[in-house]
Amino acid sequence: MTNRVMIEARGLVKRYGDFTAVKGIELEVQEGEIFGFLGPNGAGKSTTIKMLTTISRLTDGLARVAGHDVTRETDEVRSSLGIVFQDPTLDIGLTAWENLYLHGLLYGLASTEIRERADAVLAMMELQERRKDLVKTFSGGMKRRLEIARGLMHRPKVLFLDEPTVGLDPQTRARIWDYVKTLRDENGLTIFMTTHYMDEAEHCDRIAIMDQGEIIALDTPDNLKRSVGNDVITLQTANDAQAIAALAANFSITARSVQGGVQFDAEDGETFLPQLLARNLFHVTSLNLRKPTLDDVFMLLTGRTIREEDLGARDQMREAFRQRGNRR
Amino acid sequence: MSLRAVYVVWLRELIKFWREKARIVTSLVQPAVWLFVMGKGLSGFVHLHGPFSGSYTAFMLPGVMGMTVLFASIFSSVSIIWDRDFGFLKEMLVAPVPRSALVFGKILSGATVAMIQGTLVLIFSPFVGVQLSFTGVLEAMGTMFLLSLSLSGLGIAVATRMTSMQGFQLVMNFLLMPMYFLSGAIYPLQGLPTWMSAIARIDPLAYGVDALKWALIRFHQFSLSVDYAVLVGLAVVFTLIATSLFKMEG
Ligand SMILES: Nc1ncnc2c1ncn2[C@@H]1O[C@H](COP(=O)(O)OP(=O)(O)O)[C@@H](O)[C@H]1O
Ligand SMILES: [Mg+2]
Repeated sequence: MTNRVMIEARGLVKRYGDFTAVKGIELEVQEGEIFGFLGPNGAGKSTTIKMLTTISRLTDGLARVAGHDVTRETDEVRSSLGIVFQDPTLDIGLTAWENLYLHGLLYGLASTEIRERADAVLAMMELQERRKDLVKTFSGGMKRRLEIARGLMHRPKVLFLDEPTVGLDPQTRARIWDYVKTLRDENGLTIFMTTHYMDEAEHCDRIAIMDQGEIIALDTPDNLKRSVGNDVITLQTANDAQAIAALAANFSITARSVQGGVQFDAEDGETFLPQLLARNLFHVTSLNLRKPTLDDVFMLLTGRTIREEDLGARDQMREAFRQRGNRR
Repeated sequence: MSLRAVYVVWLRELIKFWREKARIVTSLVQPAVWLFVMGKGLSGFVHLHGPFSGSYTAFMLPGVMGMTVLFASIFSSVSIIWDRDFGFLKEMLVAPVPRSALVFGKILSGATVAMIQGTLVLIFSPFVGVQLSFTGVLEAMGTMFLLSLSLSGLGIAVATRMTSMQGFQLVMNFLLMPMYFLSGAIYPLQGLPTWMSAIARIDPLAYGVDALKWALIRFHQFSLSVDYAVLVGLAVVFTLIATSLFKMEG
């Protein structure tokens, strides 16, 4: 794979009046990468996507997508990107096929090409049977899949997905991830996505953790988690005191006695545990290995945690505002 | 490229119009009420004097068509708010097409739909005593299209300034009924108090209704060249205003 930079942002700033939603972001995404933007609601993820996709003007800074400047080469940028917005943008009064057809026309595809592409993307997203049905009859997961299909109609080089799995059931979420990985693996597509689900961010090649308009960490999921600390192992044993002594003598590990048994840190729990058990130094009745999560990373960096129920309430407020027409 | 975009917007609206055939039929209810409930009821004691010698309901037909065009145009321009609230507008805004193409497409589709609905009102003509001629119908269709271009442009211009559907409806209620009553649709614009004729003079619908009357019942109060000059002028002006207001958004 070539090392082409497909998305580049330098000092990206977005201000709404006195409020700065995005505070000078720097990032580079390589071709064929799945890049994740992780952060709580209001972090500025959607605002960043809007600037990168030419919907929203940059207050300051510079951004390039597929080699084109988002401010000066708007049409080139628009032709080379596909996008699935956080809020649905399908026309529910049209059929699946009509939505794709109009999209193809809008992007200047010829009729034969439109037919070819519509067939291909419908097949990929497993929606062929429903092509003639009005979108208003679709389930949430089908609508999302159709939106992804539509975003792929014009063979974009970069696909932006803003919270593509929010509100979907676990199976549908898993399926959407399968599609995304297939797109990357088979078509070399560059994918830029946002999420506030920690577990989903693990699928990305690299993650930028965003909070209050700033990127506070940017690395691979593994590196990020390693930065938090070691794995935590908890053992239940027949004799805790004996176990602590044995760990100290054989591995120079300082274990502590806790409620659930004996607890200690290990750099690589998966390989350490089999070694420990093979030695048969003491009797273990149960064990627990806890690896650091991206939640821990966020906690360490901000002192806060992303709580799903908070998001629910804020999402509802946002929705209410939107309904009342508080827009942009 | 941008012609294609205009076509896409137009096509989308027409597919949806065609799909809602029920809406096409119900759009005839209001004209029927005006013609047969109002018109027939009033014709007993309304005596038109002056140059027009036909029945009162015949007099009303072009006016009711003008009203149909008015409501259809405004209704279709409201859809731009709907698109914004329900997100479809973003799909068009992120496409490699100029924003003005979206406005043109909306205005053209509004005019097409309004012209179709206005023309459908002609099925009532045998019952109100209006004899149709082929050229008269064509003239009326062209007039309605032209009239609707300016009304759709006006509707979109107002819609871009509105943040909600309710607000839009409020503004339009203040505007639409007076526009209709002062257009000469239900009574001739003569012998009116000065303030009324002054307002009628700035009512775009008045010029459309006047030209429609000429096309269908061979009666007019303004000069026809003034009618068409005003209609073309307003279509251009409102389209430009709508386009520039829409560009300023976001
Ligand atoms: N048009 C706007 N006007 C004012 N503030 C805005 C506007 N759009 C977004 N914001 C604010 O910018 C911040 C970031 O929003 P957003 O990018 O949607 O966050 P995220 O997608 O990470 O949840 C939020 O505080 C939001 O309220
Ligand atoms: Mg968002």
